[in-house]
Amino acid sequence: MAETLVGPQISEFLATGQPVVAFKNVSIGFDGRTVLDEVSFSVAHGETRILLGPAGGGKSVLMKLANGLIEPDSGEIRIFGRALGEISQRELFEMRAHIGMVFQESALFDSLNVEDNVAYRLEEEHVDPKEIHERVVEALRFVELEKAIDKFPSELSGGMQRRVSIARAIISRPDLILYDSPTGGLDPITSATIIELIVKQRDVSHTTCLMITNRLQNAFTLATHRYNLQKNCMERIPNGGIDPSTKFLVLHEGRIIFDGTTLELTHTQDPWLREYLE
Amino acid sequence: MKFVSPEAYAKTIVASMQEYSLLCARAVSNIFSRPRYIADVFTQMDSIGVGSLPIVVLTGFFTGCVLALQSATALKEFGAVNMTGRLVTLSMVKELGPVLTGLMVSGRNASGMASELGSMKVSEQIDAMRALGTDPVRKLVTPRLVATVVMLFFLTIISDACGIGGGALVSVTLLKLNAGAFFHTGYMSLWHGDIVEGLTKPLFSGFIIATIGCYYGLKTTGGTRGVGRSTTQAVVASSVIIIFVDFLVTQLMIGIFGS
Repeated sequence: MAETLVGPQISEFLATGQPVVAFKNVSIGFDGRTVLDEVSFSVAHGETRILLGPAGGGKSVLMKLANGLIEPDSGEIRIFGRALGEISQRELFEMRAHIGMVFQESALFDSLNVEDNVAYRLEEEHVDPKEIHERVVEALRFVELEKAIDKFPSELSGGMQRRVSIARAIISRPDLILYDSPTGGLDPITSATIIELIVKQRDVSHTTCLMITNRLQNAFTLATHRYNLQKNCMERIPNGGIDPSTKFLVLHEGRIIFDGTTLELTHTQDPWLREYLE
Repeated sequence: MKFVSPEAYAKTIVASMQEYSLLCARAVSNIFSRPRYIADVFTQMDSIGVGSLPIVVLTGFFTGCVLALQSATALKEFGAVNMTGRLVTLSMVKELGPVLTGLMVSGRNASGMASELGSMKVSEQIDAMRALGTDPVRKLVTPRLVATVVMLFFLTIISDACGIGGGALVSVTLLKLNAGAFFHTGYMSLWHGDIVEGLTKPLFSGFIIATIGCYYGLKTTGGTRGVGRSTTQAVVASSVIIIFVDFLVTQLMIGIFGS
């Protein structure tokens, strides 16, 4: 297993077929309350893993753990094969350059305009300014927000902010994307637009992703739809097909109560899960 | 009101001091390693240094004016009114210039840093920065630390000069003293140790303002109310620590240079 991972070594790791994200008996609590209890799961390369569960079940905490933003009380988290507890802060920051994250409330830098927000990571890497501008325009075109390039976050709607956040996450072509409730607080039409972007990202770039959503409809849209590059739109997979790379994880009161495929989820016999799905 | 046990309270204090010490250590060690955010340092220098210039000039000037008036009144009783220049100069250079500049800059900038970083913390912008592969301490704290230490040094010199100028103006116009005598006695009263003492204090004050302001900003929780609380705590803590450290540095300097 690779023990130093930056740049090209991540590509080598991905070729080995090992899980991109691996949680092993991870527990964490705050103020004496257990939030995650012995959580274990893994996400394979190219897989889209959807995290479901009631609010307050520890989904966002799990997402922050996956990016090393907080540390677990016990257990091991491996990202790209590296145990987060064993690498230095500097290596962690280098590793995060290969992970895109979309926050629940977008978390755009309010003192920077859209272009500077999206370009942030490339500027940190001292990429040529001309190339930065081209890639920003490309990323904004992907989320259909080219015209908002000079605007500030406060001038954008919630849905537009979320799309800028997605553009910021994908601009460096990450090997793992973490979506923390990307449709939370948005109206159904805007949510559908965001889900379409996530499907587009999944089917165009085949990036491994972990996504939290509280809307079952969005989750199942991801599982049953694909992106048609010719028509440039999302469409239902013919004959009731299901995307094989999309899998589910259900968290309830800090524990994983389901880890499997779309079909396994829809055919579950677990009474709580059935009630939750209905 | 919720009461906490003395043990829990003591643990909270120790944990806070540990966090603060770690933040300071990381902020300082970042100066010696790459990447360095030089542009951010200059931006902060402009904001902290140039932005604080008006209040520092006014505070220094009027402090010098008041000092001249007060000291002349007291010195007149001993027939030593000609010593006004000496007293104003020594007081401004050794004590009032550094401390008042530190307190004014603290009120303006420790609060600014705490509220700016606090707002970024509660809106998850700090987490976003970390998620984007940037160390917030390196990007936000270290430039503020360098900028505050450097600019407070020069602001103190300006404050000293304005204070001596204000004292001279009052001495000449209101007390009818000789300007040449004022500056001459002032100049002759200053020793190497006085200058070193007066210019060492802002280095400590600058460090305190930046690290306390950033520390309270980065530990902000509880939304907009939390931002307000952090801002107040930053100003109170930095002001008290500046005066306390001033006492320690004065003791140290007396130990090194004598009285």
